[in-house]
Amino acid sequence: MSAVTPARPAATDGSRPKTASGSDGHPPRKGLTGLQRAFGRHPIGTLLALPYAVFLVAVFAYPVVLAAWMSVHDWFFSAPGVEVDHPYVGFENYRQVLTDPAVHQAFLNIAVFLVINVPLTVALALVLAVALNRAARGRTFFRVAFYVPYVTASVALVGVWLFLLGGDGVVNSLLGPLAPQPSWLVNSSLAMPSIAGFVAWKQLGFFVLLYLAALQNVSKDLYEAASMDGAGRVRQFSTVTVPGVRTTTALVVVLATITGANLFTEPYLLTGGGGPDGASTSPVLLMYQLGIEQGNPDTASALGIVLVVCVGLLVLLNRRLLRSES
Amino acid sequence: MRTSARWTAVAAAALLTATTAACGGGQGPGDPQGRGPITIWLSNNEQEVAWGEERVAAWNAANPDQQVTAQQIPAGKSSEEVIGAAIAAGTTPCLIYNTSPAAVPQFVKQGGLVPLDTMPGGDDYVTQRTGEAAAQYRSPDGHFYQLPWKSNPVMIIYNKELFAKAGLDPDAPQLLTYDDVLAASEAIVGSGAAQAAIWPSPASQFFQSWFDLYPLYAAASGGQQLVEDGEALVDSPAALEAAGFWRQMYAQGLSPQEAYTGDSFADGKAAMAIVGPWAVSVYGDDVDWGVVPVPTPDGLPAEEVHTFSDAKNVSLPVACQNQATAWDFLQASTSADADRALLTETGQMPLRADVAQTYADWFASADGAPYAPFAQQAARTVEVPNVQNSVEIWQDVRNAWTGSVIFGTEPVESALADADAEVQHLLEVP
Repeated sequence: MSAVTPARPAATDGSRPKTASGSDGHPPRKGLTGLQRAFGRHPIGTLLALPYAVFLVAVFAYPVVLAAWMSVHDWFFSAPGVEVDHPYVGFENYRQVLTDPAVHQAFLNIAVFLVINVPLTVALALVLAVALNRAARGRTFFRVAFYVPYVTASVALVGVWLFLLGGDGVVNSLLGPLAPQPSWLVNSSLAMPSIAGFVAWKQLGFFVLLYLAALQNVSKDLYEAASMDGAGRVRQFSTVTVPGVRTTTALVVVLATITGANLFTEPYLLTGGGGPDGASTSPVLLMYQLGIEQGNPDTASALGIVLVVCVGLLVLLNRRLLRSES
Repeated sequence: MRTSARWTAVAAAALLTATTAACGGGQGPGDPQGRGPITIWLSNNEQEVAWGEERVAAWNAANPDQQVTAQQIPAGKSSEEVIGAAIAAGTTPCLIYNTSPAAVPQFVKQGGLVPLDTMPGGDDYVTQRTGEAAAQYRSPDGHFYQLPWKSNPVMIIYNKELFAKAGLDPDAPQLLTYDDVLAASEAIVGSGAAQAAIWPSPASQFFQSWFDLYPLYAAASGGQQLVEDGEALVDSPAALEAAGFWRQMYAQGLSPQEAYTGDSFADGKAAMAIVGPWAVSVYGDDVDWGVVPVPTPDGLPAEEVHTFSDAKNVSLPVACQNQATAWDFLQASTSADADRALLTETGQMPLRADVAQTYADWFASADGAPYAPFAQQAARTVEVPNVQNSVEIWQDVRNAWTGSVIFGTEPVESALADADAEVQHLLEVP
């Protein structure tokens, strides 16, 4: 690694490095155009980033703020020009959400989902990425094969999995007398694990790609050194590969957690709206029912905010655990 | 704040304002006397689209200054969701020929629908066209926010070939009482004639109860709605009897707990199905079928059996700018002649008083004869209660139903009692 001279002065006292911006008592910078004064030293970069920033604000930040506002008001969608009172109700919507047994069930379901889905996703994606990285033949075919489910519409894949996991499906035919009764998707103990497996399989291609990219940065010298020290394939995997892709693992865990916590399509389609008997209902499915179907967007918003907080805490916990391991 | 950061923030705020303004900006309330071009939404049903386009073409030829444009309702998870979003955005058309009665209370709460009885002659038109059944569509505030348009009275269709294979009389099967249906079902499944006797969807969506619980409840109760005079009847004797029947069907494996991915009746996997008159054109000559009313606990004669209407109605959103034209077109498209066309082209029953008599000539014809039992049944239909929180009520009922009746995880009586209490609460909250 070559020594690189810092491009800007380091602030040794923790304060912001001083610049000639004029805001810190120095005279205004000379030679800056109007565009640079408006959009910074790199106006093209700022302008190019601006549309996405606006997109983020309009499509993510604004709805979150609006949802937070709705969650503490008696609010429903009304026609333009219709005078509707939206009184402040404090935490009443949160009280309703937090005392609803269906919500408790949904959060329990999603916890089951995450406990199965996230480790399964990490393990399978890493193992497959390592295998693909070493494969001499058929590498492109397998990469495409793993990636196809990720880019295929869930609706189409759900149809295939219904045939696979149905009572008379392929899986039960193979299992014969070992097939579960009731079958996978109508078994309250197996419905959510089945969905977790489906989602892990569907998302695998994306996470395999992340790991494949990360593996390119793991030095071959390390493997050679480990090999000379007598480490076998398994030992190399655990002592070189796993630590070498730790930052990617953190990313995969965070992304899989966020994606999993937003589960909707699979319980909506695969188990007929969260069945059997609510065993696969997810918080987002409940939000859809409350906010869109039943016309209670205020309660749905409260549930959404609770979910955002829970996911945020979970992600922080994941990061902290992974950081402490490293 | 530095000058550049300030300008960036201003630019971003301006863009955001422009973006959000572009997203909104729907029309406010229209003019009840307004005349001019209008747009209408039809369902995605091929026959209905053809029928609608014929009505529009005839109208446009006679009214060049008030042109009507027909569109299919935009795709969404459900029509109700699309209409609700359009009302909030102020982008509704002038007439929606696909309005679910269960969703009307929600649209009214949104302030999205015009009370049709406030249009010239509106109340008389609705009540005279639909007769006594119109009362089911009047909202609690006394207004008609929907024109009762067409029904698909739910009956039980059966596969004659599979019935014969099970040793049952295919021409006059005994399916009057719950015990009759249970006995026939045991014969069908026991003989291996079909995998299931009848295969209603076990899914958890709120509307699924309209095709298992509600037809049998309507029949057992002698034509009552699930809410009568502000009182929930979810754990009434009629509801409990209907639930008890279905519980036996599921417990004995006569109705599967798992959803079928195709059409179980067309595929010969189920010997019976709960259907409306749309089934005539769907199964046509592919299946040798017969049809009977839904069973009752004590076997009421066919001419006394009520059932669920499965109606779709027409609504006039407030955002319609030319409401007078919309009202005129609505009457023209629901006239006796237009209803005849609807009946003969789509097989669906216009929600008119005495359909069977009004179009007796068609029901006597070869084309119309298969629809005649449905026309007879159309005189005795029960609609979903026109009450606040309607969808939420049905979701609660469905949740109780799936747990107790389909999967048997709790006793039917206590599950329906709990659901009844919850429904009563939803009826009373402001």
